[in-house]
Amino acid sequence: MNESGAQLQGAAPAGETETVLLRELVSLLRRNRTQNREEWARRITQAQLLTAMSQEEVFAEATTVYDNYVEALETGTLEALDAYARDLSERIIPRGVETHEVIGIVLLLRDVLARSLFAKYQTDFALLNRILDAYEPAANRIANTVAVGFVQERERIIREQQEAIRELSTPVLQVRERLLILPIIGAIDPQRARQLTEQLLSAIRTNRAKVVVIGITGVAAIDNNVANHLVQTVEASRLLGATVIVTGLSPRIAQILVTIGVDLTKMNTVGDLQGGIEEAERLLAYKVVPGGTASAPA
Amino acid sequence: MEVPVLKQGPYLIASIQSALNDADLVHFRDALVEKVGRLRSRGVIVDVTVLDVMDSFATRTLRDLAHMIRLRGAETVIVGIQPEVAFAMVQLGLSLAGVGTALDLEEGLSFLDQTTA
Repeated sequence: MNESGAQLQGAAPAGETETVLLRELVSLLRRNRTQNREEWARRITQAQLLTAMSQEEVFAEATTVYDNYVEALETGTLEALDAYARDLSERIIPRGVETHEVIGIVLLLRDVLARSLFAKYQTDFALLNRILDAYEPAANRIANTVAVGFVQERERIIREQQEAIRELSTPVLQVRERLLILPIIGAIDPQRARQLTEQLLSAIRTNRAKVVVIGITGVAAIDNNVANHLVQTVEASRLLGATVIVTGLSPRIAQILVTIGVDLTKMNTVGDLQGGIEEAERLLAYKVVPGGTASAPA
Repeated sequence: MEVPVLKQGPYLIASIQSALNDADLVHFRDALVEKVGRLRSRGVIVDVTVLDVMDSFATRTLRDLAHMIRLRGAETVIVGIQPEVAFAMVQLGLSLAGVGTALDLEEGLSFLDQTTA
Protein backbone atom coordinates (compact mmCIF):
# COMPACT_ATOMS: atom_id res chain seq x y z
CA MET A 1 0.00 0.00 0.00
CA ASN A 2 1.56 3.32 -1.04
CA GLU A 3 1.21 6.70 0.62
CA SER A 4 -1.21 8.41 -1.73
CA GLY A 5 -3.53 5.36 -1.64
CA ALA A 6 -3.62 5.43 2.14
CA GLN A 7 -4.40 9.18 2.14
CA LEU A 8 -7.19 8.78 -0.37
CA GLN A 9 -8.75 5.96 1.56
CA GLY A 10 -8.56 8.11 4.63
CA ALA A 11 -10.45 10.87 2.81
CA ALA A 12 -13.47 8.74 1.86
CA PRO A 13 -15.04 5.64 3.44
CA ALA A 14 -12.77 2.80 2.29
CA GLY A 15 -15.51 0.34 1.28
CA GLU A 16 -17.44 2.86 -0.77
CA THR A 17 -14.38 4.14 -2.61
CA GLU A 18 -13.39 0.66 -3.57
CA THR A 19 -16.87 -0.28 -4.77
CA VAL A 20 -17.13 2.81 -6.95
CA LEU A 21 -13.67 2.27 -8.38
CA LEU A 22 -14.30 -1.40 -9.07
CA ARG A 23 -17.52 -0.51 -10.85
CA GLU A 24 -15.71 1.94 -13.05
CA LEU A 25 -12.98 -0.63 -13.64
CA VAL A 26 -15.47 -3.29 -14.67
CA SER A 27 -17.25 -1.05 -17.14
CA LEU A 28 -13.89 -0.07 -18.60
CA LEU A 29 -12.88 -3.71 -19.00
CA ARG A 30 -16.27 -4.45 -20.63
CA ARG A 31 -15.80 -1.61 -23.11
CA ASN A 32 -12.32 -2.76 -24.05
CA ARG A 33 -13.27 -6.43 -24.13
CA THR A 34 -12.39 -7.11 -27.78
CA GLN A 35 -9.15 -5.22 -27.71
CA ASN A 36 -7.92 -6.66 -24.39
CA ARG A 37 -8.88 -10.18 -25.35
CA GLU A 38 -7.00 -9.99 -28.63
CA GLU A 39 -3.97 -8.53 -26.93
CA TRP A 40 -4.10 -11.31 -24.37
CA ALA A 41 -4.44 -14.07 -26.97
CA ARG A 42 -1.52 -12.55 -28.87
CA ARG A 43 0.62 -12.54 -25.71
CA ILE A 44 -0.29 -16.17 -24.98
CA THR A 45 0.87 -17.22 -28.43
CA GLN A 46 3.96 -15.08 -28.16
CA ALA A 47 4.91 -16.64 -24.83
CA GLN A 48 4.32 -20.09 -26.39
CA LEU A 49 1.83 -21.12 -23.74
CA LEU A 50 -0.96 -23.64 -24.33
CA THR A 51 0.87 -25.08 -27.34
CA ALA A 52 -1.17 -28.26 -26.94
CA MET A 53 -4.27 -26.32 -28.05
CA SER A 54 -5.19 -24.79 -31.38
CA GLN A 55 -5.44 -21.01 -31.91
CA GLU A 56 -9.24 -21.16 -32.02
CA GLU A 57 -9.43 -23.11 -28.81
CA VAL A 58 -7.07 -20.73 -27.04
CA PHE A 59 -9.16 -17.79 -28.21
CA ALA A 60 -12.43 -19.42 -27.16
CA GLU A 61 -11.11 -20.29 -23.71
CA ALA A 62 -9.53 -16.86 -23.42
CA THR A 63 -12.91 -15.25 -24.06
CA THR A 64 -14.60 -17.32 -21.37
CA VAL A 65 -11.79 -16.72 -18.90
CA TYR A 66 -11.92 -13.00 -19.64
CA ASP A 67 -15.68 -12.79 -19.03
CA ASN A 68 -15.40 -14.85 -15.88
CA TYR A 69 -12.54 -12.67 -14.75
CA VAL A 70 -14.48 -9.45 -15.19
CA GLU A 71 -17.51 -10.99 -13.54
CA ALA A 72 -15.42 -12.04 -10.56
CA LEU A 73 -14.12 -8.48 -10.30
CA GLU A 74 -17.64 -7.12 -10.46
CA THR A 75 -19.34 -9.45 -8.00
CA GLY A 76 -16.35 -10.07 -5.74
CA THR A 77 -17.36 -13.75 -5.49
CA LEU A 78 -15.08 -16.42 -6.84
CA GLU A 79 -17.39 -19.46 -6.89
CA ALA A 80 -18.29 -19.26 -10.58
CA LEU A 81 -14.68 -18.67 -11.55
CA ASP A 82 -13.51 -21.49 -9.31
CA ALA A 83 -16.01 -23.90 -10.87
CA TYR A 84 -14.97 -22.80 -14.35
CA ALA A 85 -11.26 -23.20 -13.45
CA ARG A 86 -11.85 -26.77 -12.29
CA ASP A 87 -13.89 -27.59 -15.37
CA LEU A 88 -11.19 -26.10 -17.60
CA SER A 89 -8.50 -28.02 -15.71
CA GLU A 90 -10.36 -31.27 -16.13
CA ARG A 91 -10.53 -30.69 -19.89
CA ILE A 92 -6.96 -29.58 -20.48
CA ILE A 93 -4.95 -31.71 -18.03
CA PRO A 94 -5.32 -34.89 -20.11
CA ARG A 95 -3.99 -32.92 -23.10
CA GLY A 96 -0.75 -32.23 -21.31
CA VAL A 97 -1.23 -28.62 -20.28
CA GLU A 98 1.24 -27.85 -17.51
CA THR A 99 0.80 -25.90 -14.30
CA HIS A 100 3.16 -23.12 -15.39
CA GLU A 101 1.08 -22.55 -18.53
CA VAL A 102 -2.15 -22.06 -16.63
CA ILE A 103 -0.57 -19.76 -14.07
CA GLY A 104 1.25 -18.04 -16.92
CA ILE A 105 -1.90 -17.17 -18.86
CA VAL A 106 -3.72 -15.87 -15.79
CA LEU A 107 -0.76 -13.67 -14.89
CA LEU A 108 -0.60 -12.51 -18.52
CA LEU A 109 -4.23 -11.45 -18.37
CA ARG A 110 -3.51 -9.63 -15.13
CA ASP A 111 -0.66 -7.78 -16.88
CA VAL A 112 -2.69 -7.00 -20.00
CA LEU A 113 -5.48 -5.51 -17.96
CA ALA A 114 -3.07 -3.56 -15.77
CA ARG A 115 -1.47 -2.13 -18.91
CA SER A 116 -4.82 -1.04 -20.23
CA LEU A 117 -5.44 0.74 -16.93
CA PHE A 118 -2.10 2.50 -17.18
CA ALA A 119 -2.92 3.58 -20.72
CA LYS A 120 -6.31 4.93 -19.71
CA TYR A 121 -5.35 6.81 -16.55
CA GLN A 122 -1.77 7.86 -17.36
CA THR A 123 -2.68 11.52 -17.02
CA ASP A 124 -4.15 11.23 -13.51
CA PHE A 125 -1.55 9.59 -11.34
CA ALA A 126 -3.58 9.75 -8.11
CA LEU A 127 -6.62 8.12 -9.70
CA LEU A 128 -4.43 5.46 -11.31
CA ASN A 129 -3.06 4.60 -7.88
CA ARG A 130 -6.52 4.20 -6.43
CA ILE A 131 -7.69 2.12 -9.35
CA LEU A 132 -4.70 -0.17 -8.94
CA ASP A 133 -5.35 -0.43 -5.21
CA ALA A 134 -8.80 -1.74 -6.02
CA TYR A 135 -7.67 -3.89 -8.91
CA GLU A 136 -4.59 -5.64 -7.54
CA PRO A 137 -6.02 -7.50 -4.52
CA ALA A 138 -8.98 -8.71 -6.61
CA ALA A 139 -6.70 -9.78 -9.47
CA ASN A 140 -4.40 -11.60 -7.06
CA ARG A 141 -7.33 -13.45 -5.54
CA ILE A 142 -8.48 -14.48 -9.01
CA ALA A 143 -5.02 -15.70 -10.03
CA ASN A 144 -4.76 -17.59 -6.78
CA THR A 145 -8.18 -19.23 -7.25
CA VAL A 146 -7.40 -20.39 -10.78
CA ALA A 147 -3.93 -21.69 -9.86
CA VAL A 148 -5.13 -23.53 -6.77
CA GLY A 149 -8.09 -24.97 -8.68
CA PHE A 150 -5.79 -26.29 -11.38
CA VAL A 151 -3.27 -27.78 -8.97
CA GLN A 152 -5.97 -29.44 -6.87
CA GLU A 153 -7.58 -30.92 -9.96
CA ARG A 154 -4.19 -32.22 -11.06
CA GLU A 155 -3.56 -33.74 -7.65
CA ARG A 156 -6.96 -35.39 -7.68
CA ILE A 157 -6.19 -37.01 -11.04
CA ILE A 158 -2.78 -38.15 -9.80
CA ARG A 159 -4.33 -39.65 -6.68
CA GLU A 160 -6.88 -41.55 -8.75
CA GLN A 161 -4.15 -42.89 -11.03
CA GLN A 162 -2.01 -43.94 -8.07
CA GLU A 163 -4.95 -45.77 -6.59
CA ALA A 164 -5.61 -47.55 -9.89
CA ILE A 165 -1.96 -48.53 -10.30
CA ARG A 166 -1.80 -49.80 -6.75
CA GLU A 167 -4.81 -52.01 -7.25
CA LEU A 168 -3.60 -53.32 -10.58
CA SER A 169 -0.09 -53.95 -9.36
CA THR A 170 -0.97 -56.88 -7.10
CA PRO A 171 -3.50 -59.10 -8.81
CA VAL A 172 -4.60 -62.22 -6.97
CA LEU A 173 -4.81 -64.89 -9.65
CA GLN A 174 -6.59 -68.18 -9.47
CA VAL A 175 -4.47 -70.80 -11.26
CA ARG A 176 -6.75 -73.70 -10.72
CA GLU A 177 -9.39 -74.60 -8.26
CA ARG A 178 -8.32 -73.76 -4.71
CA LEU A 179 -4.90 -72.45 -5.79
CA LEU A 180 -4.12 -68.72 -5.84
CA ILE A 181 -1.02 -66.93 -7.02
CA LEU A 182 -0.06 -63.51 -5.78
CA PRO A 183 2.88 -62.06 -7.69
CA ILE A 184 4.31 -59.00 -5.97
CA ILE A 185 6.31 -56.57 -8.07
CA GLY A 186 7.97 -53.38 -6.96
CA ALA A 187 8.55 -51.70 -3.64
CA ILE A 188 6.31 -52.58 -0.71
CA ASP A 189 5.46 -49.82 1.74
CA PRO A 190 3.38 -50.41 4.86
CA GLN A 191 0.21 -49.13 3.18
CA ARG A 192 0.63 -51.42 0.19
CA ALA A 193 1.49 -54.34 2.44
CA ARG A 194 -1.73 -53.82 4.36
CA GLN A 195 -3.83 -53.53 1.21
CA LEU A 196 -2.16 -56.64 -0.16
CA THR A 197 -3.06 -58.68 2.89
CA GLU A 198 -6.66 -57.51 2.82
CA GLN A 199 -6.95 -58.39 -0.87
CA LEU A 200 -5.41 -61.80 -0.31
CA LEU A 201 -7.59 -62.69 2.67
CA SER A 202 -10.81 -61.80 0.93
CA ALA A 203 -9.67 -63.67 -2.19
CA ILE A 204 -8.99 -66.75 -0.08
CA ARG A 205 -12.53 -66.64 1.18
CA THR A 206 -14.26 -65.95 -2.15
CA ASN A 207 -12.24 -68.54 -4.07
CA ARG A 208 -12.19 -71.05 -1.20
CA ALA A 209 -8.45 -71.26 -1.70
CA LYS A 210 -6.47 -73.98 0.01
CA VAL A 211 -3.00 -72.97 -1.10
CA VAL A 212 -1.55 -69.55 -1.94
CA VAL A 213 1.76 -69.03 -3.71
CA ILE A 214 3.23 -65.58 -3.08
CA GLY A 215 5.94 -64.78 -5.62
CA ILE A 216 8.29 -62.03 -4.53
CA THR A 217 10.88 -62.34 -7.29
CA GLY A 218 10.02 -58.78 -8.31
CA VAL A 219 10.71 -57.29 -4.90
CA ALA A 220 14.17 -55.78 -4.62
CA ALA A 221 14.42 -55.34 -0.89
CA ILE A 222 12.25 -55.44 2.18
CA ASP A 223 12.62 -53.89 5.59
CA ASN A 224 11.88 -55.17 9.04
CA ASN A 225 8.26 -54.02 8.97
CA VAL A 226 7.46 -55.59 5.64
CA ALA A 227 9.16 -58.86 6.64
CA ASN A 228 7.04 -59.03 9.76
CA HIS A 229 3.98 -58.17 7.73
CA LEU A 230 4.75 -61.07 5.40
CA VAL A 231 4.87 -63.43 8.36
CA GLN A 232 1.59 -61.98 9.63
CA THR A 233 0.00 -62.51 6.24
CA VAL A 234 1.09 -66.14 6.28
CA GLU A 235 -0.35 -66.57 9.77
CA ALA A 236 -3.63 -64.81 8.93
CA SER A 237 -4.05 -66.98 5.82
CA ARG A 238 -3.55 -70.06 7.95
CA LEU A 239 -6.34 -68.89 10.24
CA LEU A 240 -8.59 -68.99 7.17
CA GLY A 241 -7.40 -72.51 6.48
CA ALA A 242 -5.02 -71.75 3.61
CA THR A 243 -1.36 -72.69 3.34
CA VAL A 244 1.01 -70.02 2.03
CA ILE A 245 4.10 -70.83 0.01
CA VAL A 246 6.55 -67.97 -0.52
CA THR A 247 8.73 -68.20 -3.60
CA GLY A 248 11.48 -66.22 -5.26
CA LEU A 249 13.35 -64.93 -2.24
CA SER A 250 16.45 -63.28 -3.61
CA PRO A 251 19.81 -63.81 -1.85
CA ARG A 252 19.53 -60.25 -0.59
CA ILE A 253 16.07 -60.76 0.92
CA ALA A 254 17.09 -64.12 2.37
CA GLN A 255 19.98 -62.35 4.04
CA ILE A 256 17.71 -59.61 5.39
CA LEU A 257 15.24 -62.13 6.79
CA VAL A 258 17.97 -64.11 8.53
CA THR A 259 19.65 -60.99 9.86
CA ILE A 260 16.50 -59.53 11.40
CA GLY A 261 15.56 -62.91 12.81
CA VAL A 262 12.12 -63.53 11.32
CA ASP A 263 10.56 -66.73 12.64
CA LEU A 264 11.11 -68.84 9.53
CA THR A 265 9.52 -71.99 10.92
CA LYS A 266 6.14 -70.48 10.12
CA MET A 267 7.10 -69.79 6.51
CA ASN A 268 6.90 -72.33 3.78
CA THR A 269 9.43 -71.28 1.12
CA VAL A 270 10.35 -72.68 -2.26
CA GLY A 271 13.05 -71.41 -4.61
CA ASP A 272 11.07 -70.31 -7.64
CA LEU A 273 7.48 -69.92 -8.79
CA GLN A 274 7.51 -73.20 -10.72
CA GLY A 275 8.65 -75.06 -7.62
CA GLY A 276 6.02 -73.24 -5.61
CA ILE A 277 3.22 -74.31 -7.94
CA GLU A 278 4.50 -77.90 -7.96
CA GLU A 279 4.55 -77.91 -4.17
CA ALA A 280 1.04 -76.41 -4.10
CA GLU A 281 -0.22 -79.10 -6.47
CA ARG A 282 1.33 -81.73 -4.25
CA LEU A 283 -0.49 -80.24 -1.26
CA LEU A 284 -3.74 -80.17 -3.22
CA ALA A 285 -3.01 -83.74 -4.41
CA TYR A 286 -3.19 -82.72 -8.05
CA LYS A 287 -1.17 -84.87 -10.39
CA VAL A 288 0.64 -83.25 -13.29
CA VAL A 289 0.60 -85.73 -16.12
CA PRO A 290 3.31 -85.04 -18.72
CA GLY A 291 1.69 -84.00 -21.99
CA GLY A 292 -1.79 -84.21 -20.45
CA THR A 293 -3.95 -82.05 -18.26
CA ALA A 294 -3.84 -81.91 -14.51
CA SER A 295 -6.58 -83.73 -12.72
CA ALA A 296 -7.66 -84.36 -9.19
CA PRO A 297 -7.40 -87.95 -8.01
CA ALA A 298 -10.61 -89.90 -7.76
CA MET B 1 -25.64 -67.91 26.28
CA GLU B 2 -25.50 -71.65 25.62
CA VAL B 3 -23.59 -72.90 22.56
CA PRO B 4 -25.42 -75.74 20.80
CA VAL B 5 -23.24 -78.79 20.22
CA LEU B 6 -24.37 -81.22 17.53
CA LYS B 7 -23.17 -84.77 17.19
CA GLN B 8 -22.37 -85.89 13.66
CA GLY B 9 -20.99 -89.41 13.58
CA PRO B 10 -17.59 -89.41 15.26
CA TYR B 11 -17.48 -85.60 15.31
CA LEU B 12 -18.94 -82.84 17.45
CA ILE B 13 -19.95 -79.57 15.84
CA ALA B 14 -20.14 -76.53 18.13
CA SER B 15 -21.57 -73.54 16.36
CA ILE B 16 -21.21 -70.27 18.23
CA GLN B 17 -24.37 -68.22 17.65
CA SER B 18 -23.46 -64.86 19.19
CA ALA B 19 -20.64 -63.07 20.92
CA LEU B 20 -19.71 -64.81 24.19
CA ASN B 21 -18.51 -63.16 27.37
CA ASP B 22 -15.57 -64.58 29.31
CA ALA B 23 -17.68 -66.67 31.69
CA ASP B 24 -19.67 -68.16 28.79
CA LEU B 25 -16.42 -69.04 27.02
CA VAL B 26 -15.04 -70.88 30.02
CA HIS B 27 -18.34 -72.70 30.48
CA PHE B 28 -18.38 -73.60 26.78
CA ARG B 29 -14.80 -74.94 26.99
CA ASP B 30 -15.50 -77.11 30.02
CA ALA B 31 -18.76 -78.49 28.65
CA LEU B 32 -17.19 -79.36 25.29
CA VAL B 33 -14.11 -81.04 26.80
CA GLU B 34 -16.40 -83.09 29.01
CA LYS B 35 -18.66 -84.05 26.10
CA VAL B 36 -15.79 -85.22 23.86
CA GLY B 37 -14.95 -87.99 26.33
CA ARG B 38 -18.51 -88.92 27.11
CA LEU B 39 -19.53 -89.27 23.45
CA ARG B 40 -16.17 -90.84 22.45
CA SER B 41 -15.75 -88.27 19.65
CA ARG B 42 -12.67 -88.28 17.43
CA GLY B 43 -12.93 -84.70 16.26
CA VAL B 44 -14.44 -81.35 17.17
CA ILE B 45 -15.36 -78.43 14.93
CA VAL B 46 -15.79 -75.01 16.50
CA ASP B 47 -17.55 -72.61 14.14
CA VAL B 48 -16.78 -68.94 14.86
CA THR B 49 -18.28 -67.45 11.68
CA VAL B 50 -20.52 -65.02 13.57
CA LEU B 51 -17.73 -63.54 15.67
CA ASP B 52 -16.47 -60.21 14.41
CA VAL B 53 -14.08 -59.77 17.32
CA MET B 54 -11.62 -62.24 18.81
CA ASP B 55 -9.88 -60.81 21.85
CA SER B 56 -6.92 -62.29 23.68
CA PHE B 57 -9.10 -64.14 26.18
CA ALA B 58 -11.21 -65.76 23.47
CA THR B 59 -8.13 -66.75 21.50
CA ARG B 60 -6.42 -68.23 24.54
CA THR B 61 -9.56 -70.09 25.61
CA LEU B 62 -9.99 -71.62 22.15
CA ARG B 63 -6.32 -72.61 22.06
CA ASP B 64 -6.58 -74.19 25.51
CA LEU B 65 -9.78 -75.92 24.46
CA ALA B 66 -8.03 -77.47 21.44
CA HIS B 67 -5.06 -78.58 23.52
CA MET B 68 -7.28 -80.06 26.25
CA ILE B 69 -9.31 -81.92 23.66
CA ARG B 70 -6.12 -83.29 22.10
CA LEU B 71 -5.10 -84.58 25.53
CA ARG B 72 -8.48 -86.31 25.67
CA GLY B 73 -7.65 -88.08 22.42
CA ALA B 74 -9.52 -86.00 19.82
CA GLU B 75 -8.60 -83.35 17.24
CA THR B 76 -10.05 -79.82 17.06
CA VAL B 77 -10.48 -77.53 14.08
CA ILE B 78 -11.63 -73.93 14.28
CA VAL B 79 -13.57 -72.81 11.23
CA GLY B 80 -15.04 -69.58 9.87
CA ILE B 81 -12.57 -66.98 11.11
CA GLN B 82 -13.39 -63.85 9.10
CA PRO B 83 -10.59 -62.17 7.10
CA GLU B 84 -10.78 -58.98 9.17
CA VAL B 85 -10.71 -60.98 12.37
CA ALA B 86 -7.69 -62.99 11.19
CA PHE B 87 -5.87 -59.82 10.24
CA ALA B 88 -6.63 -58.17 13.56
CA MET B 89 -5.52 -61.26 15.44
CA VAL B 90 -2.10 -61.46 13.82
CA GLN B 91 -1.61 -57.73 14.28
CA LEU B 92 -2.35 -58.06 17.98
CA GLY B 93 0.00 -61.03 18.15
CA LEU B 94 -2.79 -63.44 19.09
CA SER B 95 -1.87 -66.87 17.88
CA LEU B 96 -3.69 -70.15 17.50
CA ALA B 97 -0.39 -72.02 17.22
CA GLY B 98 -0.82 -75.75 17.09
CA VAL B 99 -4.56 -75.49 16.46
CA GLY B 100 -6.11 -76.62 13.19
CA THR B 101 -8.00 -73.98 11.22
CA ALA B 102 -10.20 -74.21 8.14
CA LEU B 103 -12.33 -71.95 5.99
CA ASP B 104 -15.78 -73.26 6.86
CA LEU B 105 -17.71 -76.25 8.15
CA GLU B 106 -17.21 -78.28 4.98
CA GLU B 107 -13.46 -77.70 5.03
CA GLY B 108 -13.39 -78.48 8.73
CA LEU B 109 -15.02 -81.85 8.14
CA SER B 110 -12.52 -82.78 5.44
CA PHE B 111 -9.69 -81.56 7.69
CA LEU B 112 -10.88 -83.92 10.43
CA ASP B 113 -11.33 -86.76 7.94
CA GLN B 114 -7.67 -86.38 7.02
CA THR B 115 -6.19 -85.87 10.48
CA THR B 116 -8.21 -88.46 12.37
CA ALA B 117 -8.24 -91.15 9.68
